[in-house]
Amino acid sequence: MKVAVLSGKGGVGKTLVAVNLAAAANARYVDCDVEEPNGHLFLTPTEVAAEQVTVTVPVVAAANCTGCRKCVDFCRFNALAWVDDEVMVFEEACKSCGGCAVLCPSGAITEERRVIGHVHRGVVNSVEAWGGAIRPGVVSGVPVVQQVLRDLPEDGLTVIDGPPGASCLALETARAADYCLLVAEPTRFGVHNVAMIHQLTVAVDRPCGVVINKATDANTSVEELCAELGLPVLGRIPYDQQVALASSQGEVLAWQDEAQRQVFVDILDRLGAVIGR
Amino acid sequence: MKQLLVLSGKGGTGKTTVAASLIELFDVQAFADCDVDAPNLHLVVGVDGPHQLRPHHGLPKSQIDPDLCRSCDHCLPECRFEAISVVADVYTIDPFACEGCGLCQELCPADAISSVPTQTGTLALATDGKRVFSTAVLAMGQGNSGQLVWSVKKRLAEAVAEHPPSLAIIDGSPGIGCPVMSSLSGTDLLLVVAEPSVAGLSDLKRLLDVAIGMEVPVAACVNKADVNPEKTEAVQALCDSWDIPLIGRIPFDPAVPAAINAGRTLAKDPGPAGVVIREVGAAIARLLELSPAAR
Repeated sequence: MKVAVLSGKGGVGKTLVAVNLAAAANARYVDCDVEEPNGHLFLTPTEVAAEQVTVTVPVVAAANCTGCRKCVDFCRFNALAWVDDEVMVFEEACKSCGGCAVLCPSGAITEERRVIGHVHRGVVNSVEAWGGAIRPGVVSGVPVVQQVLRDLPEDGLTVIDGPPGASCLALETARAADYCLLVAEPTRFGVHNVAMIHQLTVAVDRPCGVVINKATDANTSVEELCAELGLPVLGRIPYDQQVALASSQGEVLAWQDEAQRQVFVDILDRLGAVIGR
Repeated sequence: MKQLLVLSGKGGTGKTTVAASLIELFDVQAFADCDVDAPNLHLVVGVDGPHQLRPHHGLPKSQIDPDLCRSCDHCLPECRFEAISVVADVYTIDPFACEGCGLCQELCPADAISSVPTQTGTLALATDGKRVFSTAVLAMGQGNSGQLVWSVKKRLAEAVAEHPPSLAIIDGSPGIGCPVMSSLSGTDLLLVVAEPSVAGLSDLKRLLDVAIGMEVPVAACVNKADVNPEKTEAVQALCDSWDIPLIGRIPFDPAVPAAINAGRTLAKDPGPAGVVIREVGAAIARLLELSPAAR
């Protein structure tokens, strides 16, 4: 079973929920927030296997180029331009479709690999911790997310920590999961964004439930939205200054004391009930 | 027109709260929400008046006409995005996976593949005769939000081209990817709203790496600085090492969520957070060398 933790808005506690669910269940944790990955700050495996993520970019052999500009005309990403009687490559704009190399009639274009990030795997306290990160300056993290998710085992429980937002990265994450867990904050911003991310889960046809973080007595707006959308509320994590401080220091709540662990065990139990395990 | 961009790296550090408060504090006439994934700015500083909506199109995606397709399989093995699939000899393209490169169209000997326009978002521009607000909403699961961000900024600039105000404020998105890099271009000053936590620090470093790589001037403030004083000092040390002025330590203040939930900014709030936000504003006015009238 693969559960994706998503939120729309950032900073509502996705990583907090994902890390602690994985810790409470001795499950697999997978960090797909590749622009700003934070899971490794909480789950810190000692032995880490890392591999690079690369994409292909074209290399033009000027000696073989006849100047037909077929490649330049083809590239819709504007990654190739004809400058000073030469084909110039803009690597950042390239989406690695490979079309220029396929279409070049004189075989002047080959491809080489460019490193855009890395993925890593390790184990800490019976929790398998996986994740990926892009290099700062890289535009798209999609290939990194795809590489992290590619070899995901089907056995056991996998908790996927998603990126904020509702764009291509969140979509990749939601599509890889069997169930989406939406983390919501009971604020005006939080309510607005959970409605947005819910639409994404509908678009990819994944069932979902909600965990309310920083819950207070004034959760009504989020609870009303959940009732309206027919979404089960699987847990309420109360606002607590101690929780905020512990999280800010990279501590895993579920490993700290039994009461904290129980909060997440309860969420796992309700999750198990709604997905019929 | 000077452009102030507000970013955070990590989400939820208070970017929009700070941006909205500065917009009200300076009575800013031109502002934009470039967090096209999860726009929130309008919830606190909206502009009354009709929103001019305009669809935003990304690259057209490919579509196979089943009547023309001869199932020759020229396209499928060349598609790097694994967007083409075949079931019982019928070839189809998954529009979410298709990047719109057009290679399949070039390779198809039967002219069975065509381009279909793809709406990647909706731009919205609102003006009340005095103030202009530009924003957009990304269509679900779409990529290339950098282009959409670029259009949001372009529309704002066009709308005020005749009488550009002295300052425009732009609320950005979390992360360091395409929408962030797009929002950074042309920025006169980046204000980073940092969070005093291990995650906030890690994300701040990655954002500064990108912003300084793009040679954008940066100032920083820490939100909820007193929640973890030790990490706030670590933010200060990081800023010092990059020669970035830390222009405010905003304390945790229950007045902040209360104001936001009521749709208000902190510009005039008498509480401790409001006081520091006004100090941040004064520092920004100095850094951007705004004339006293614009303050």
